[in-house]
Amino acid sequence: MTPEQTKAFEEKVYAFVGKPIYTGPRRGYDDVNSAMIRQWCEVMGEKNPAYVDQDWAGKSTRGHLIAPPAMMYAWTQEGYKVASEGRPTDGQVEMVKFFDSHGFSGSLGTNVDQEYFAEAKVGDAIFEESVIESISEQKTTARGIGYFFETYAKFTNQDGVLLGTQRFRVFKFIPPEQEESAPASDDSLEIPTRVAAPRGQDNKWWWDACDEGKILIQRCASCGALRHPPRPMCGVCQSTEWDTIESTLDGELFSFVEMHHPKFPGYQYPLLVGVISLAEGTRIIANIVGCDVKDVEIGMKLKGKVERVDEKTILPQFYPANN
Amino acid sequence: MSTLNYADINIGDKIPNLDIPITASLISCAALATRDFEPCHHDKAVAQAMGLPDVFMNILTSQALMARFVTDWSGPEAVMKALKVKLGAPNVPGMTMTVSGEIVEKDDAEKSVKINVTGENNIWGMHMTGSVQIALP
Repeated sequence: MTPEQTKAFEEKVYAFVGKPIYTGPRRGYDDVNSAMIRQWCEVMGEKNPAYVDQDWAGKSTRGHLIAPPAMMYAWTQEGYKVASEGRPTDGQVEMVKFFDSHGFSGSLGTNVDQEYFAEAKVGDAIFEESVIESISEQKTTARGIGYFFETYAKFTNQDGVLLGTQRFRVFKFIPPEQEESAPASDDSLEIPTRVAAPRGQDNKWWWDACDEGKILIQRCASCGALRHPPRPMCGVCQSTEWDTIESTLDGELFSFVEMHHPKFPGYQYPLLVGVISLAEGTRIIANIVGCDVKDVEIGMKLKGKVERVDEKTILPQFYPANN
Repeated sequence: MSTLNYADINIGDKIPNLDIPITASLISCAALATRDFEPCHHDKAVAQAMGLPDVFMNILTSQALMARFVTDWSGPEAVMKALKVKLGAPNVPGMTMTVSGEIVEKDDAEKSVKINVTGENNIWGMHMTGSVQIALP
């Protein structure tokens, strides 16, 4: 869309704000009933006797069965026609079609906030009154470019008692281009692995040795000074000649952090990252594993093992030395 | 089946984690149990046309699992006051979602507690964050 087209589109779409979704309170096709409650509980793994156990409920504080509060919005859904013939027109459908016709055909429910004021009982009729409450400015998200719209709903029973309210937010977006012959592949659920360390001319040898289970330390061939991480020149005597020694992976914790946020796919949490002083004299950065966060302290003795941490990654990890 | 007492709950208490295997059956059957017949929750071809590898969990199921997680812990006399869910990465078959929760607020006047709940799947990360407010005896 050109900026002018976007402006024209937005003028029309924002006109939906404030429109009621139904012409009046809309009654759910089925009143609250134990069959639908049972099915819902079965699938959700819900064992709460307040929803399904008549005997228990009779003796409870309430004295009767209730519907799961989280089912509030289920009672007034359209049902199978959504899949077979499309949603019947209402205020929200009109707006959604307008989005769709301008390329914003993707839909994702992103938020549902419900407040409850009274519990629905078996036999209650559920009425919903809804309005399109707001539409955001254009947003760019991981799913694509689009708009968030929010509906506000009130749920009442046959006596006009307010059972609850709801804000429901949906993202309408332009779906990513799909190649016709190649829909989203079936194997994209690959288990994520750690971010691979770049291997360049100066450090590839170190990672190759790590892959073989050895942690090497560079040693200046001229003055004998050890250095880590790998680099081409000795910091003491500036010689570029070097060889290596293999670390025993005995060490002591010099410093550490616990990584909380953001969480990266492929890493196991809690994630402790330590700076370890090796017995040879150099320091190395590695994960501290095999102990509880609260038992980690600076100065503790550690023993490293070179281990496979995921399908693609082999790394040294350090355990408390007494393990 | 007993219900926790308001007096015994402390801010900072954690609810034991719950692992939920995500299967195509759970996604499609739960969508239907919530009366959500949008094809992307039961028809893989439609979900793939949206750019996802398979059918994905509808928000009313995420919400239901969050509610269940809390009342499993609290017991059946708890009265639900509010349930707020924000979705992140989709739940698709083959994942495992780990749900965890922590008590973050207590309201002595209402005898209600607020629990922050997250559901994180092992492949794409945070599926849902939100909070549940319940009143206790």
